[in-house]
Amino acid sequence: MRVNFTVNGRPQEADDVWEGESLLYVLRERLGLPGSKNACEQGECGSCTVRLDGVPVCSCLVAAGQVEGREVVTVEGLADYAKQRACASDACGTSLQNAQQWQAKGDSHTGEGTELSPVQQAFIDAGAVQCGFCTPGLLVAADEMLERNPTPTDADIREALSGNLCRCTGYEKIMDAVRLAAARQGEAV
Amino acid sequence: MDFLRPASWEEALAAKAEHPTAVPIAGGTDVMVEINFDHRRPEYLMDLNRIGDLSEWEVGEESVRLGASVPYTAIMENLRAELPGLALASHTVASPQIRNRGGVGGNLGTASPAGDAHPALLAAGAEVEVESVRGARRIPIDEFYKGVKRNALAPDELIRAVHVKKADGPQQFSKVGTRNAMVIAVCAFGLALHPATRTVRTGIGSAAPTPVRAKAAEEFLNAALEEGGFWENGKIITPSVAKQFADLCSASCNPIDDVRGTASYRRHAVGVMARRTLTWTWESYRGTRRTTEGAA
Repeated sequence: MRVNFTVNGRPQEADDVWEGESLLYVLRERLGLPGSKNACEQGECGSCTVRLDGVPVCSCLVAAGQVEGREVVTVEGLADYAKQRACASDACGTSLQNAQQWQAKGDSHTGEGTELSPVQQAFIDAGAVQCGFCTPGLLVAADEMLERNPTPTDADIREALSGNLCRCTGYEKIMDAVRLAAARQGEAV
Repeated sequence: MDFLRPASWEEALAAKAEHPTAVPIAGGTDVMVEINFDHRRPEYLMDLNRIGDLSEWEVGEESVRLGASVPYTAIMENLRAELPGLALASHTVASPQIRNRGGVGGNLGTASPAGDAHPALLAAGAEVEVESVRGARRIPIDEFYKGVKRNALAPDELIRAVHVKKADGPQQFSKVGTRNAMVIAVCAFGLALHPATRTVRTGIGSAAPTPVRAKAAEEFLNAALEEGGFWENGKIITPSVAKQFADLCSASCNPIDDVRGTASYRRHAVGVMARRTLTWTWESYRGTRRTTEGAA
């Protein structure tokens, strides 16, 4: 079957999609977006986390056919998405509604050549990336939490990231990174 | 495999009548796991996400009509006052990503004894609204679970909503697992006080082939509370009564040994959760009584 949907602000068409295929498979194997990682395929690890109409979900548990006509943001589009959001909330004069219907420009599809989002930069600065496999899922989940809750407590962070497993860091550096991103976000306002 | 995309409830019923083997998919948090792991290759997969009213809820006089696909996140955030037990249970489901997709309809459709919503639904009192092209009916929650992963649905029926009684007293939910997030219950327990009818209802998860109520324990406790005038005098529940209640809850389990825990551990843990949830809810009931009396 054919599936039409929007990924990182761009309309996409995937052909010859098998009916039982997951959104994750479509993103990685058909649209050339390998940022979302494939690990457990049962929603346990969170490394395939993307936003579906703004909501963080495990893309391995969304059937491809279910995304017809809907909007997906992957880690590749995170920087551009964060930029649009920042513009909407202050200087650039874009309404929140416009931000939600943003259309990406440049090479936002793969994310190459774009600046990092604040949460991505914070992960690097705090040393929260080791092997990096869990990082895309964590970035999407953390970014969404900071959008909803700009001043999270440690408990809020732990709760928001409770569906993302990391086997390298022991999570402390990830906690540091999210705290850092929140603090920088606070300073910017 | 064929992918069906009904745009309305009527279309979904017609499709299910034509293809009774069609597997409905909403949040996908159970169905997709089975497909990803090749445990299931349904002939037809039927997406219910296009049917908007399945994701809506309505707070009525006596009960809440909860659309089958209302995600757990929405229950936690919006229905804590009306459905405290179910809201607590929802909060223990897996992770934020899963709670954003999964809902009570899927829990009922899968009918796993470990489903987190079941003990809360049993304790609160609920009816499952199901429909087919032949007509609609409401199945009392006590008659819904028929066996391990089997429910009372006919092959052409779909779950449309759950009608859960609004809380008329404190409710609690407790679950045993190895960590807070991403845990399938080793066993779980729901308890609801119903001061309006002076009854207590329970629900046990993961400790029998189906979710069950501890009916003998409920009857014992109802009689003991009545006899001692506890609902009026608001006294602390006698430890011997609490213990007998806990023992009867353990006795109503019919658990198995498996990777998550042994049968005897499950029986023991259900007793502990029964005693604790009774204490928590009763303390809360006594507290509200004091407040009302003080205010009057």
